[in-house]
Order: sequence, then structure tokens, then C-alpha cells
Amino acid sequence: MAATEHEVVRSELRWAAAVSVFVVIIFGLTLFAALALHRNPPSNLERIDPKTLHLTGEFTEPNLGTRVEQNGQVTTRIVATQFAFIPPCVVVPADREVTLRLASPDMIHGILVSGTNVNTMVVPGYVSQVHTVFRTTGNLLMPCHEFCGLGHSQMLARVHVVPAQDFRPDAEGRVSCEAQ
Amino acid sequence: MKHNRNLVLAHLWLAFAVFAIAAVFGVWLMWVRSPLHAPYENPQNYFRSVTLHGVSMAYVLTTFFAMGFGYFVAETALGRDIPGIRWAWAAFVAGAIGAVMAALTVLAGDASVLYTFYPPLTASPLFYIGLVLVVGGSWVWCTIMIVAMTQWKRANPGLAVPLAMFATVANAIMWLWTTVGVAAELLFQVIPAALGWTDTVDVGMSRTLFSWTLHAIVYFWLLPAYIAFYTMAPEAAGGRLYSDTMGRLTFVLFLLYSLPVGLHHLFMDPEHSTGFKFVQTALTALVTVPTLLTVFTITASFEVAGRLNGGTGLFGWLRALPWRQPMVLATGLAFFMLWFGGGGGLINMSYGMNAMIHNTSWVTAHFHLIFGGTVVIMYFAIAYQIWPQLTGRVADADDLAQQRWQLWLWAVGMMVMTLPWHWLGLEGQWRRVAHFDYDDPLIAWWASWVDLSLLGGVILLISASLFIVNLARLHARQPAGRAGPQPLRYAVPLHPITRLPAALNGFALWNVLVLVLMAAAYGWPVGQFIAQPSPAAIVHHVDRPS
Repeated sequence: MAATEHEVVRSELRWAAAVSVFVVIIFGLTLFAALALHRNPPSNLERIDPKTLHLTGEFTEPNLGTRVEQNGQVTTRIVATQFAFIPPCVVVPADREVTLRLASPDMIHGILVSGTNVNTMVVPGYVSQVHTVFRTTGNLLMPCHEFCGLGHSQMLARVHVVPAQDFRPDAEGRVSCEAQ
Repeated sequence: MKHNRNLVLAHLWLAFAVFAIAAVFGVWLMWVRSPLHAPYENPQNYFRSVTLHGVSMAYVLTTFFAMGFGYFVAETALGRDIPGIRWAWAAFVAGAIGAVMAALTVLAGDASVLYTFYPPLTASPLFYIGLVLVVGGSWVWCTIMIVAMTQWKRANPGLAVPLAMFATVANAIMWLWTTVGVAAELLFQVIPAALGWTDTVDVGMSRTLFSWTLHAIVYFWLLPAYIAFYTMAPEAAGGRLYSDTMGRLTFVLFLLYSLPVGLHHLFMDPEHSTGFKFVQTALTALVTVPTLLTVFTITASFEVAGRLNGGTGLFGWLRALPWRQPMVLATGLAFFMLWFGGGGGLINMSYGMNAMIHNTSWVTAHFHLIFGGTVVIMYFAIAYQIWPQLTGRVADADDLAQQRWQLWLWAVGMMVMTLPWHWLGLEGQWRRVAHFDYDDPLIAWWASWVDLSLLGGVILLISASLFIVNLARLHARQPAGRAGPQPLRYAVPLHPITRLPAALNGFALWNVLVLVLMAAAYGWPVGQFIAQPSPAAIVHHVDRPS
């Protein structure tokens, strides 16, 4: 194979062109998914003081869990703390938009919900927010997926996804695992 | 290699001894997570071991290997003595003391914060100071590499710096840029907290500074493997390097694009806007370019070798390659693993798809395959290649056979371990936990996959042990006669360099571009916390009883 220098350069340039096309395609697909399909990472840039979040405001204990707001929006608020989620079990309706809001008073935590694409870090100082629609009913796992101390492995919550007809808010709009 | 064998040997033996110990811990970790009952199983031991495994493999093995190999390249490729040899030894001693300090602190249970730290968790200050000593030692190495190249250029005006050295200096410069993030995090945030000087920490800032380091560090580990691809593999295959210029361009692109991309480790974080996440996704896509250029150039170099050996036809040259050479075999296996590891990486870096796999076993699988697989198998091959130069002993046919066995076991073990991890990760198996409840019907089916991956881990441990045996056996043998081993020759390009733009013979221009890219990619993501600090989180000392 006696490639001349010119041939070597030409073949490298052809390959570089193919690589460029590949990169442009990846970039285009990501852009399309972001703009047309709204596949964006959770980034709501909302700050909260980890030292006081359990004392005042949205993340005090009575506000935690799932609640149907005045406007019909379903919001689930969860505190992630060493080494448990509060509450450790939440109920959400299937086939309806749900907003998960999480905050941490201590360490970095993170969650995923098994069988779904729900995934976010929970960083002290910030409220993490994920909008999602649960498509299948059942009992899902919501583990802490970021190292938060020696008890990290036992930090595991449950998400009960129930059909719309079984999702029955009380007078204040709350739905809890105990009431189910 | 005449003058500084002991310096290189000291670095490599330290790196490989730590690697072997960390491999034992790695298998034990998998055993604990599996359905089988492991001895000494409890959360304290588990997270101590994760920290030790991560710190050893990611910081100690890699840094000492890169340094030792860099000294070797500087002396052999430039054909002159290494400048500042006393500084080099001082850096080695400081780094070794630091590594031992960090390891003892971890074993004492005072530093179970994993190798990625996670403030507001804070370990004993001795842990961080130990790591700062390792990094400080590596900065001395970077300086020596830059000085060696500068002196050579002054003595050889107008000549092209040998590719192996050019690439080594690219890595040294990249490493200086890379460590800025973690150094700032440790010196301004974590160490003051660990010492008790501060009670709170800005977690948004610390995560962002660590992300600055977190991706480029991977390329610091990777580039020694790429140096072997370009400058050793084509020669071992009996061929020529297809294009020297493309090699230089590749290393320059790594310097540029490995740095402004770290935010892709924080896609799931709430403290950064989608805008900057998207910008860094786009920049991350560009990191595929130098990798794909390398795949082409090295495959073409191998084709040249195969055809020189009499291979014909579209693929006949593949069979004509000397696969009995450990360097050639390792390159083939490394490329095989690179396709899987790189493919998985495309999903990790995708702004939208990252949510499927973030903090699942998929990610663990990805970096074990691409670092533990592609990169570390090349560390083995490099060690086998340069051991005769370092020890004055020549490998015989038996040695080579045993080296090939070791490489094959490593590649097979890595695939058996990481393919189940990929699959489990896609199914949502989360990271960094000491045990799973396999009685839970939702995850009961994971058990057999986890057992299979453990089998892969056992194969890897056998391979790691065989590697140490291979090196020790050769080192302990009677030295070869007065002739000694053949001097190592770096690959010759197919067409000698006649003209080389100054930009591809130095780094001044590229440093300016790195600065511009980093200012664009990280200026605001870091600056936002200076403008408005995150609400402070309270420091939690893992080394003090609460």
C-alpha cells in the first residue's frame, strides 16, 4: 500500500468530514429533542435555605407529600435527608402531569424512580423540580442514588402510581399512602 | 533508557502495587452488592473500600503511571537527560507520602467520602492534604515535561518535537488546567471546612469546581494510552504511523475539548441553567472528534503494517498482523472496548437522554469499560513494552504467551463485568449502595445479572494478579548479556515531516484558546456563585462522632 502523502491527507480529510457529519447529527438530534419534544434536564435554579427549610415555608412537614393545588396541578413535595425521605411513601395519579419538588436540609442526595425517566440531584441550597407523567400503575422504587453518608444504602422511598379513579384527594387536596 | 531507570521504575511499581491492592477491594465491593454473603460486610467497611478503590485507581495508579511514563518518554524520545532530576525524585517522595497518608486515613474510617468528596460531607484534613501532595507532585512533573521540551526545541531549532513528547506535554498542560478546579475546591472550600475554620459550604460552587476537573481528568488518564496507540502500536505491528500531523492535531483537540465540558456531569443538578448545560453538551459532542480521528489513523497504520506483512484483500491485512505482540493485541482489545464504552458515553453526554442513566450502574459500567478497559489495558501493554528497557531483561516466548493470556483475561473480564452493569443501569439499578434487597419482587430478577458481573470481577482479579507476576518474573530474572535489550523505537510516520506549522510544534496558541473556551463555558457557571452564593449548607464531619 503505497499511499502518497497527498492520498494520506485526502483520506484523513474525508474521514474528518464524515466525523463532522456525525457530530452535527448528534447535535441536531439533541437540539430537536430539547426544542420539539421538551426533553430538558431539571434546571429550575430555585434557591432555598437548607438550615431553615424544615421550619418555615413550603417544605415544612404539613406541606409534604402529594397535593392537588387550587388550579388542579398535582404537586408532590419531598424532603431528602440523612437517611430517609419524608414522607417515605407518596401517591401519584397515572396519566396526569405530576410535579415533583424536592429539597435537602443536609447533604447532597439524588433520586430516580424505577421504570421511569425521573431523575434529579437534590443539592442543599436548591429546590429540585421534575415534571413527569407516570404511564404505568403500580408500586415503584425511589432510592437515593447519591452518596450521602454511611446510611445511604437504606434511603429508599416508594411511589404508588394509582389509576385516576383511585386517586382521591381529601378536602385539603392531599393524598397520602396511609389514606389509600 | 540509560540514566533514570530507577525513577521510572519507582513510579510504575508504586502505581501497579496500588492497582493490585485496589483490585482486591473492587472484587470485594461487588461481592457485597451481590446476593451472595460476603465476609466483613457492613456499611463502614463498604464505603471505606469504595473510597480506597476510587482514590487508588483514579488518582494514584493514573498519576504515578502518567508521571513515570512521561519521564521515560522525555528521556527516550528526546534523547537527552531529564532536567531537574532532583525535583522529580522530591515530587515522587511527596506524592508517595501523600498517597500513604490518604490511604491510612481512609482505612481508619476517617475519610469515607468517596473519591469525589461530596461536601458538605468532610473527611479528616489528612485525607485531603495527602491528595494535595499527590497533585502537587504531578505539577512538578508537568513543569519538568514543559522544560524538557522547551530545552530540546532550543537545541534543535526548526525541528519537529517527536510526537510522543509533543503528546506528553499536551497532557501535562491539560493536567495543569484540569487541576485548577479541584485545587480551588479543596483549598478554598473543603480543607478550611475539614480543619474547622468554616462551618458552612457553598455546595453549588463546590460541585461546579469539581466538575471543571471531573471530565478532563479522564483524558489525563487516557492520553498515555493514546500515546501508545500513535507511537508504539504501529511500530510493534511492523508498520508506519499513517499520519504524524493528524496525531498532533488529535492531542491538541484533546487539550481544547476535554476541558470546557465538565458540566455534563451536572445535567441533573438544579443549580445550573439549561442554557449552559446545552452549551457544554455541544462542546462534549466535539470530544468525539479526536477519538474518531485516532480510530481512523491507527486502523490505517495497522492496515499499512498488515499489507507490509503480506496481507491482501479488504480484510486480509487484519489476519497478517502480528497479534502475538502484546502491544498489537492490547491495541486491538482496547479498540474493541472503546466502541462499547464510547457508544455508551454518547448517551451519558446527551442532554436529554442523561436522565435515563444518571447515577445508575450504566455510568459505573461506562467508566470501568473505557478507563479500566481501554486505558488500563494499554497501561499493561506499555509496561510490557518498556520493561526490558527499564530492567535490562528480555522477554522470551513464554513471557510473551503469559502476557497475552493476561491481556485476554482482562478484556474478557471487563466485558463480562460491564455488560450486565449497563443493562441493570438501564433498568434503574442505582449507584453507591452497599446492598440491595433482592427479596423485593421489583428487583429480584437483578440477582443473576449481578452474580454474572461478579464473575467478571473475579476474572479481572486473576488478570491483575497475573500482571504483577509477569512484571516481577521478568524483573527478577538474570539481566540479558552485555548487548542488552534492543533500544525502543517509536513509530516512524509513513511520510516524514517536511513542513510543520509552528502551531503544531508548541502550545502557546492552544493555551489562549483554552482560556477563551473556559471563560465562555465556565465563566458564568462559576461566576454566578461569586455574584450570589448558594444558601450555605452546614459542614458534616465524617471523622467526628456526631
